[in-house]
Amino acid sequence: MRTLEQTTQEILELATRHFKVAAGSLKAEDDFYRKLGIDSLQALEMLSRLENHFRIELPDYEVQGVSDFKTLAERVQSRL
Amino acid sequence: MLDLTKYSSLGEAIREALETWPKEVCLYESDRGEEKQRLTYTDFKERALPLAKWLQETGFAAGDRVSIIMTNQSKWLISAYAIFYCGGTLIPLDYKLKPEEQWKLLKHSGATFLITEYPIWRQLSASAGRAEADKVKTALVTEAPANVELAGATRWEAARGNGQPEFIPRKREDLACIVYSSGTGGTPKGCMMTHENYLEQCVALTSWYPFWPGVKYLSILPTNHAIDFMVGFIGPFTCGAAVVHLRTLRPEYVREAFPQYEITYVSLVPLVLKNLQKGLQARFDELPAGKRRAFELLRKINVALTKSRPRLRLSRLLLKQVHQAFGGKIETIIVGGAFTEPQTLQFFYDLGIPVANGYGLTEAGTAVTVNDLKPFRADTVGKPLPGMEVRILNPSADGVGQVAVRSRTVMAGYLDEPELTAETIVDGWLMTGDMGRFDPSGHLQLFGRKKNMIVTEEGKNVYAEDIEQAFEGLPVKEYCVFAANYVWPSQSMVGEKLVLVIHLDRGQTYTEELRKEIATRNSRLMNYKRIHGVVLYEEDFPLTASLKIIRLSLANRLRKLPREAAILPV
Repeated sequence: MRTLEQTTQEILELATRHFKVAAGSLKAEDDFYRKLGIDSLQALEMLSRLENHFRIELPDYEVQGVSDFKTLAERVQSRL
Repeated sequence: MLDLTKYSSLGEAIREALETWPKEVCLYESDRGEEKQRLTYTDFKERALPLAKWLQETGFAAGDRVSIIMTNQSKWLISAYAIFYCGGTLIPLDYKLKPEEQWKLLKHSGATFLITEYPIWRQLSASAGRAEADKVKTALVTEAPANVELAGATRWEAARGNGQPEFIPRKREDLACIVYSSGTGGTPKGCMMTHENYLEQCVALTSWYPFWPGVKYLSILPTNHAIDFMVGFIGPFTCGAAVVHLRTLRPEYVREAFPQYEITYVSLVPLVLKNLQKGLQARFDELPAGKRRAFELLRKINVALTKSRPRLRLSRLLLKQVHQAFGGKIETIIVGGAFTEPQTLQFFYDLGIPVANGYGLTEAGTAVTVNDLKPFRADTVGKPLPGMEVRILNPSADGVGQVAVRSRTVMAGYLDEPELTAETIVDGWLMTGDMGRFDPSGHLQLFGRKKNMIVTEEGKNVYAEDIEQAFEGLPVKEYCVFAANYVWPSQSMVGEKLVLVIHLDRGQTYTEELRKEIATRNSRLMNYKRIHGVVLYEEDFPLTASLKIIRLSLANRLRKLPREAAILPV
């Protein structure tokens, strides 16, 4: 079982690769809309990537209003 | 479809529909490609009436206000019908708003009942805003897990009364809904919509874009939004058609839904339509040279054959693969909520997929003008729908003036805002605040909002949104054109200038190359339409729930920048 820290780290690495940003440039507290400069459609694509990676389902309502990696990691963690 | 002139309320019309098409499917609900629910009109009735009975047993009276805050799903429509059956007024609220904002609107609306989903209720019940909306006495919550504490709410699934509820008739002029338009003007306003407004709008719209039993409408825009409420509920339900709801709204599931359900109609906002265009174009570009040439040839043939009117069957044969990706049955994509660039509309039409773009506002009962496809015109927002009187007030020499609308679909007014209502509806005419003109063939063309404009020294009126099209496809994250005096108010009537505000992509810098690109495009504009400078803005533009730029709010933010230093020369 992953710890929350591990989950967070994996999400940050996944987002780094998916959106092709410099390694180590993303932090847990970052607002991913602003930091990555993505729109709502791109954020939805990221969620699908996370689901495949962690082999979980993230219902829309779980991520409604979530905009930072830390909260996202908590929502993922609760479904592992 | 039903003859809606016979009915005096939405409840009465839908009640008749449930008896007219008992075996037709009215709702499909799918999650991640898997169908979870399929309801006939009879199933729908059997779910709605016990809820109506429960509401009546709980003391619900005619005219009581009930808010629905839900994502798009069957229980949204079932609840709405139960409310109309009991003679209630519906307050559809945006589920994407923050809980504090939702409570604020609940309080403003005077709602005494609330129907919502568990995940939304979890946030609402924990919000400090709840204390203020103390008129909301009863909350019904759908899909709550078995053992959770509901903070004073009742389970929707348990809210079932026994026996036949009493149908409460309403008059045409009674309030059906209070709709908070997301609008781009700042503070939300509660538009009071009557049963007549909706019934008339439905007649007008379906006369051009009909529904019939077997039609499947894919509901993606939030149902609280005026467009989806009309074309994803009232329209299909009064014609025996069906609505498809997706519980997980991700691009991949939306794509799958088209072939899975052989969708007939879908409504989209321009951003999504444009995204779809990008995706399709990328796929065309990847085709091997030979196939690409063959495809381009077929597209050209389609363009030639559909010049005067759409020919769906022919287009489906010619461009089979494209149409199959959309399920092969698509009739029209409805686009609304914001201005759509003509180039995007043309892209789809050239593929044999008509896009019904139009112009409307919540205050006017959704659509005012719609493209009638006779022939398709990408450069206008269409002609007035039947029953719509549209006038251009105080037109300038080139025919442009404020668009005013008179129709039985125009709202009764803004809730508790008599002064604002009097300013907005003058002698029965709705002042839209939008500038437009009619072309010789009776199509409406829009030229921006009333105030974000400049008047040149030659007396030419130039509208910021009009200029934005010249920068379409600019390689930046987002951009917007403002009249500098609109952002930084000035007492002067001379020397007005336009500025291009750009928000760069992550990691992008304002390079000389980008500056040149802007300068080149700018130089192609008539001299009086050219932008004077560029403003770099580092944050996301504020957007409404329907993804329109909130210009007023963005202008307020920009105002904090020093005017002279902020405007870079092009």
